[in-house]
Amino acid sequence: MNEQVIEKIEKMGKHKKKETIRSSIVLKVYRANRLAGESGHYDSIEVPVQRWTTVLDALLHAKSYKDPSIGIRFSCRMASCGSCGMKINGIPRLACYTKVSELEGSTVTVEPLANFPHIRDLVTDFAQFFSHHRDMQPYIKNDQADIEDKARLSEFLQSPEDLDKFLQFSYCIKCGLCYSACPTVATDIKFPGPQALSQAYRYFIDNRDMAEKERMNMVDDRHGIWRCHFAGSCSSVCPKGVDPALGIQLLRGHMLGFSKNEKKIADLQERLRKD
Amino acid sequence: MAKMDRNNREGIKGWLNPGRYGWERVSYWLQRLTGVGLLAYFVGHIYETSSLTQGPDAWAAMLELTQTSMGHLILLLVIGMSMYHSVNGIRLIFTHGGKGLGRPGRPDYPYDAVSLNYRQKSGIWIALILAAASMLYGASVLLGGE
Amino acid sequence: MTMLRESQIMKIHYITGIAALFVVAIHIMMRLIMPYNMSLEYENVIANYHNLPYVVLLESILVLIAIHGFNGLRVILLELRQSKAWEDGVTILTIAAMMAVVAYGTRTIIFANGLGFE
Repeated sequence: MNEQVIEKIEKMGKHKKKETIRSSIVLKVYRANRLAGESGHYDSIEVPVQRWTTVLDALLHAKSYKDPSIGIRFSCRMASCGSCGMKINGIPRLACYTKVSELEGSTVTVEPLANFPHIRDLVTDFAQFFSHHRDMQPYIKNDQADIEDKARLSEFLQSPEDLDKFLQFSYCIKCGLCYSACPTVATDIKFPGPQALSQAYRYFIDNRDMAEKERMNMVDDRHGIWRCHFAGSCSSVCPKGVDPALGIQLLRGHMLGFSKNEKKIADLQERLRKD
Repeated sequence: MAKMDRNNREGIKGWLNPGRYGWERVSYWLQRLTGVGLLAYFVGHIYETSSLTQGPDAWAAMLELTQTSMGHLILLLVIGMSMYHSVNGIRLIFTHGGKGLGRPGRPDYPYDAVSLNYRQKSGIWIALILAAASMLYGASVLLGGE
Repeated sequence: MTMLRESQIMKIHYITGIAALFVVAIHIMMRLIMPYNMSLEYENVIANYHNLPYVVLLESILVLIAIHGFNGLRVILLELRQSKAWEDGVTILTIAAMMAVVAYGTRTIIFANGLGFE
């Protein structure tokens, strides 16, 4: 196995990443079919790699040429859909976004995401995760916007400053990495998780939404926002820079009275017309 | 849905190995550990001081039990734990209120989280340093000899 | 079973934490106003209990730390398991433990004081 270590300095100047370029790696894949009642074991598969090979590329090579029965979920291959979340060397990551050369050692261990019910191999069940998200009522609640009368539908006026308050939280791709990393989710089934709570903040702070008190009451629960302890693992694994920990603490700041919500509800364009 | 493993939760094992995710996870783990340790000490301390009510002999017997090397070591640990728990607790009160975490913006590559900044992270290091310093001072008082 | 909202409980948790900081710091300093070993002699310790401000300090430490500590334990236990029986049990037990510790500590203070202030 050839190895070449290079120090790559990112153009931005902030990050120095060490890449180890190998000609092949050993993929240690967790295999289990829960629906058939199988218990888990690991299969080791040697896979040729190149400088830019991602873990997803390696897995698909293994699936195509070595063992077609590997169960894996993937779609966009570009960190946009959130399907390929899995534990790679113990840390929740997107397989399409993790280069093999970034990882330590020539053995890459891939396991299903923790804290999600397991279905088969690297595939997990997201039903509970989505249900927590739905519980946050993730849509604009504004009784001034008449969405029935389509002829009179018009836009909300929102400034760039208003947008910046929630934009990064809207970049969430629901990949579940944060939910997998969270220490509270590890033990508390009723805890909504960092994704749902940060989406609660996303709608809370959006000045098109009028349901602040309702949203605060939704998370003011024994197993709600107060069970977050700012362990920060969610933000450290998020591949999109959503920073769910920030959203949660900002929402809590409003609930504790550290911040006052002085948002002015956005005007509808229609009301400004003179007709 | 039939026969799915609903218990793929990491459980308490998820609380171990805090080094996977960075300083904030370590500080969460230490805050819990020190909290439980201090609660145990608190209950023990209330019990040991109650020997006062039984007169000087009972008090002397209790002192014999606690003013030993092991007793002093435990007290040193308690000093360190209480210093860490207090200082980190103050940091947590600020961060839980959203202070010191920066503002939301427009994320760009490499998508570093703004909340995991050095300003609040340094609070963890300060807590650890102060805990070590207070343990050293405590050692000088308890074990240094009068 | 809750009389208080979780947000109110957590505000109490934060406030008792901060308040406890000050009173515990004074309590620890008391060990340093004379040589350490002397400060633990029976007569010196009892003398503290005849000092009204110090008695108030001790009682406040008792109450603040009991609330903060047992609420913290309640939070940890609630996260470990979620069923109505467990949650109700944890709530009742931690409140009972809180009250028991405060009662026992107050008993020590009252007996040691012997109702005689200087």
